[in-house]
Amino acid sequence: MLLKRAPDLKYSDVTPREIYLNRRKFLYGMGLAGGLALAGKSVANLAFPSARAYAATSLPGLVKGPFSTDEKVTPEQAVATYNNYYEFGTDKGDPAKNAQKFVTSPWSVSVEGEVAKPRKFTMEEILKLAPLEERIYRHRCVEAWSIVVPWVGYSFSTLVKLVEPNSNARYVAFETYFDKKQMPLWGRAGIQLPYVEGLRLDEAMHPLALLCVGMYGETLPNQDGAPVRMVIPWKYGFKSIKSLVKIKFVKDQPPTTWNITNAHEYGFYSNVNPAVDHPRWSQAREIRLPGYFKNTKTQMYNGYGDQVASLYNGMDLKKNY
Amino acid sequence: MNRLLISKWAKVVVFVLCLAPLGILIWEGFHGDWGPNPTQFLEHATGDWILRFLAITLAVSPLRKIKILGLTQLIRFRRMLGLFAFFYAFLHFSIYLGLDQVLDFRGVWADVVKRPYITVGFTGFVLMIPLAITSTAGMVRRMGYRRWQMLHRAIYVSAVAGVIHFYWLVKSDVHLPLLYAVIMAVLLGWRLFAWFSDRGRRPARGAPARKEPATVAAR
Repeated sequence: MLLKRAPDLKYSDVTPREIYLNRRKFLYGMGLAGGLALAGKSVANLAFPSARAYAATSLPGLVKGPFSTDEKVTPEQAVATYNNYYEFGTDKGDPAKNAQKFVTSPWSVSVEGEVAKPRKFTMEEILKLAPLEERIYRHRCVEAWSIVVPWVGYSFSTLVKLVEPNSNARYVAFETYFDKKQMPLWGRAGIQLPYVEGLRLDEAMHPLALLCVGMYGETLPNQDGAPVRMVIPWKYGFKSIKSLVKIKFVKDQPPTTWNITNAHEYGFYSNVNPAVDHPRWSQAREIRLPGYFKNTKTQMYNGYGDQVASLYNGMDLKKNY
Repeated sequence: MNRLLISKWAKVVVFVLCLAPLGILIWEGFHGDWGPNPTQFLEHATGDWILRFLAITLAVSPLRKIKILGLTQLIRFRRMLGLFAFFYAFLHFSIYLGLDQVLDFRGVWADVVKRPYITVGFTGFVLMIPLAITSTAGMVRRMGYRRWQMLHRAIYVSAVAGVIHFYWLVKSDVHLPLLYAVIMAVLLGWRLFAWFSDRGRRPARGAPARKEPATVAAR
């Protein structure tokens, strides 16, 4: 006869419910308590396992991509400390401070909607879909400042072709990751979250439209939209959505965050256009960062008119701002 | 407390404190803390200090009237505080004119005419100029206290204009402009309340006297 010994556990041995439910915090607390004895680094690892796996890893073997400008590249320091990423605070310096612990690994992007082959791409897959190119683009913010950035990635169309959009797919809707716990300042953003953006399918298929995984030869810093973002160089910066988690092919024009916030000021197209002012400020000139003077003339389609102007043939650009 | 306020060093201390924000800004500049967009950084920093100094200036009268605080001598600093509000407004406007607009006067005027947040901000600034000019004791004498006081109520308009300017220029995060709005509302609301309660307390007068209630009541 098989005799099983009763487990010699008493009720007092049971972990209190609160500690069980908050075991991560508890561990973190233990870690902090033991921090005097332990090396600081291992405490950090205990609390935030693999939190920065994608932060600033160099991306070797980059191919020189097409469309690069030969203008002076903005220092990386400026691009990594002057950000609009309202989930991490509305001050330009906030994201660089508050996004440090943002967990970007593991990461995957769900591609769905009007496609023959909907699927999830892991970050590892995205990094290998095509040879990574370095493309030096001008980036013009709607707030009338601009930067020149060596982005890393490949044309978004590469990914589109893999999922085979059907004939109903006329627009692409993008969505940024949203987690109130990791983005505690979200409530101050004043915009509806998660952040959503959209493009017409032919815009998204344009070779200039970049699926971006890095900058300055390295993976993206969290504040610049890690681990994967869009870069649409002929449109105002807010169209270049950060930290992508969802791409949906749809029939009708999708809602976009800044258009929801203030339709009068931010249109769906938001092509860079010096002739159409923002209601509150002129778009004729911009400050090239880092710099003091707003004396750089803004170019139509941010200087990419030769490539993209034909997308908007016959459209009233004042109406479709 | 009042004795401390009337000591001859008090004004020097307050003066240095009022200059401290500028000193800190310059210090930050030497340490590269203005960031990649220094023009915007300086516009925001000086703009913040205008609103703070306007609020501090407007707080002087209410604080004096709260008897238990014993701060009646605060009045000695009101002119200096107001002038510093104007000083930071002047810096703010100069940065906008010189750096943001690169001395394009026509562009500035186009902005003033066309863009409500600039119209209202510019109005607030321009209204402060006569106040700064007439801030001397000699001017008070020449104008007569009553007329001088009437003119200097323009600071209420500047304060409100400053808050509206801030509220209209932010893109979506209105928390800070709303905070300033609440502060200004309290400071101006106190005056309105004091005026009404004073009027109620005074015995009814004949028609001619009623023309000048502001003299006694306004603070």
